Amino acid sequence: MSEPRVITATEAIREALDLALTGRADTYLMGEGVADPGGVFGTTKGLIDKYGPQRVIEMPVAENGMTGIAIGSALMGRRPIMTHQRVDFALLALEQLFNTAAKSHYVTNGAHKVPLTVRMIIGRGWGQGPQHSQSLETLFGYIPGLKVVMPSTPADFKGMLLASIEDDNPVIFIEHRWLHYVTGVVPQGYYLSAIDGPRRVHEGGDVTVVASSYMTLEAMSAAGALADRGCNADVFDLRVLRPLNVSAIIESVRRTGRLVVCDVGWKTLGPGAEIVAQIAELALDALKKPPIRIGLPDHPTPSSLSLAETYYPSAVQIVNAVSRLCGLGEKDTEAARQDLIAARRGVPIDQPDPSFKGPF
Amino acid sequence: MNQMAFHTAPGAMLAGMYRSMLRIRMVEEAIVARYAEQKMRCPVHLSIGQEAVAVGASVALTASDQIVTTHRCHAHYLAKGGNLVAMLAELMGKATGSCGGRGGSMHLFDQPAGVLLSLPIVAASIPVGVGAGLAFQQEGKPNVVVVYLGDASVEEGVFHESANFAALKKLPVIFLCENNLYSVYTPLADRQPGRPLTDLGHAHGMPTAHVDGNDVEAVHTSTAEAVARARGGEGPTFILADTYRWREHCGPNYDNDLGYRTITEFEDWQAKDGLSRARARLKTVSAWSGAQDAAMTKELLQEVDAAFAAAELAPMPDPTNVAKGVYV
Repeated sequence: MSEPRVITATEAIREALDLALTGRADTYLMGEGVADPGGVFGTTKGLIDKYGPQRVIEMPVAENGMTGIAIGSALMGRRPIMTHQRVDFALLALEQLFNTAAKSHYVTNGAHKVPLTVRMIIGRGWGQGPQHSQSLETLFGYIPGLKVVMPSTPADFKGMLLASIEDDNPVIFIEHRWLHYVTGVVPQGYYLSAIDGPRRVHEGGDVTVVASSYMTLEAMSAAGALADRGCNADVFDLRVLRPLNVSAIIESVRRTGRLVVCDVGWKTLGPGAEIVAQIAELALDALKKPPIRIGLPDHPTPSSLSLAETYYPSAVQIVNAVSRLCGLGEKDTEAARQDLIAARRGVPIDQPDPSFKGPF
Repeated sequence: MNQMAFHTAPGAMLAGMYRSMLRIRMVEEAIVARYAEQKMRCPVHLSIGQEAVAVGASVALTASDQIVTTHRCHAHYLAKGGNLVAMLAELMGKATGSCGGRGGSMHLFDQPAGVLLSLPIVAASIPVGVGAGLAFQQEGKPNVVVVYLGDASVEEGVFHESANFAALKKLPVIFLCENNLYSVYTPLADRQPGRPLTDLGHAHGMPTAHVDGNDVEAVHTSTAEAVARARGGEGPTFILADTYRWREHCGPNYDNDLGYRTITEFEDWQAKDGLSRARARLKTVSAWSGAQDAAMTKELLQEVDAAFAAAELAPMPDPTNVAKGVYV
């Protein structure tokens, strides 16, 4: 048997788009940069040469209009795949996404379908600052009628993107910019990863940790360092923000009695807040300690490295939270922190952690 | 309504357009007469005074051609062949309504008739219509889309985004702008500089036409030319049609007492009523008689009364289904 194939999430996304364009004549790509030499951080690179400008539309800088156009074509049976290089650009398209895409199926009593996929890139990086690196998944997750998926592994990037394209609903496909670099085993050919709910990515009985997108990797790093000290975290990759499915999380909390949630965006009103609220409603009796939420502090993203140092939570904060909930001794906690700091090998906070290359 | 149906006799097309306008007027007047009964428990944006635009344009279209429209959608919907009972049932919130009671008067649609959708956010339906045009182009279909918009729509950025793309890709779209001079109570002159609205079409590289929106034949001629260009792959056209809303922005009443427009202006526009002019023109070209007119009115009244009766008899939607259909 040959070795499992390991590729980056960038390659996995590109492969999914290529397969969708080949396999379904009703699909087309649209976005600022989809046909340019960069190809949206490499994720659409070369597709213009293979499929031409009818299928790979380099779009005018007109996010709301083009979203409405994508929706109109979807109502007529097309299957558009739209891309925003930054989620911040998609703010201009909220009217069409929230009012038209999300509501058409419901308002028409099921007559209309909007099989639209919108890729939005969130995250952080090299001084991108307050309007080029936000994580705004909460906005989209608030709206009934939209599906919001947040893959973290290359295999899910491919399988969930294909599932989003196959889905007859509007799907917001959230890509953390740093996850593009992550490598992992990705099956060849066409397959779908279900848009169904969280996946357990690390098993343990001492504490439940729920993370999404990039924070899943931080949570896994934390879980590894904690396991070495005999503290075992049950870690979930949320994967799907809407429709939110907390049943596996409840089952886990009933075993562990402890909960940490980690958001990539702001803590206040984030997905973690909703998860904690649902656990409080449905399983308060199972909690031995108050849950802990981890997320960004309540201020815009600063550009300067010196200001960003304390802005982004990492595996260290997760270790601290778990330590508090589980009563892990200071010696073990400090050792776990030191392991994580060593694994970063001094790479600054504005660059992807080299240990996250995977494969995952 | 199909263009081909009217080429059988002289004046037959005009008679058909007149009948369609009269039918819309009678439906709207029937809504006015019954609104106080509070069975139609949703806002209504009546088209009375603006029927000629909808009818003149629709006659240039086939059933599989699409229209998208706005909160003021009744005339567009009916002129394109939208189901009357489904419209009235929707106004009454019934299960048999166009949207099964989920949309109300501002979300009318009818798939077999080619009424793709109506949206109540100003200019929101414009890109959706352009997207339908993109789908037609991608699939190599000969169809066109009429995008109805009001004079305030061109103040929205999304109009320009949509027009730019339609022109860039030569999409089969007709932007039909009904200028009724007011956005709710605010006159055009308070909202836009004094440049011709057709300049906006030119700015986006489109042919334009400026028609009397209360002259149903002029609207039809202009639209038919634009449709021919669109079907021929020559891209979009911007048509400006001057018209006037008689009743209040939203609701069954007159609101001239508010003072945002003058009685003189109102009466001038009533004198230019498209329906009366179509009737007069019909008398000129085809010896249309009073007896014929009375017979048509009687027949339409029966249809409207029967449609209201059917809508009133229809069941309310089942509340146990209210959370269903959020997702496919």
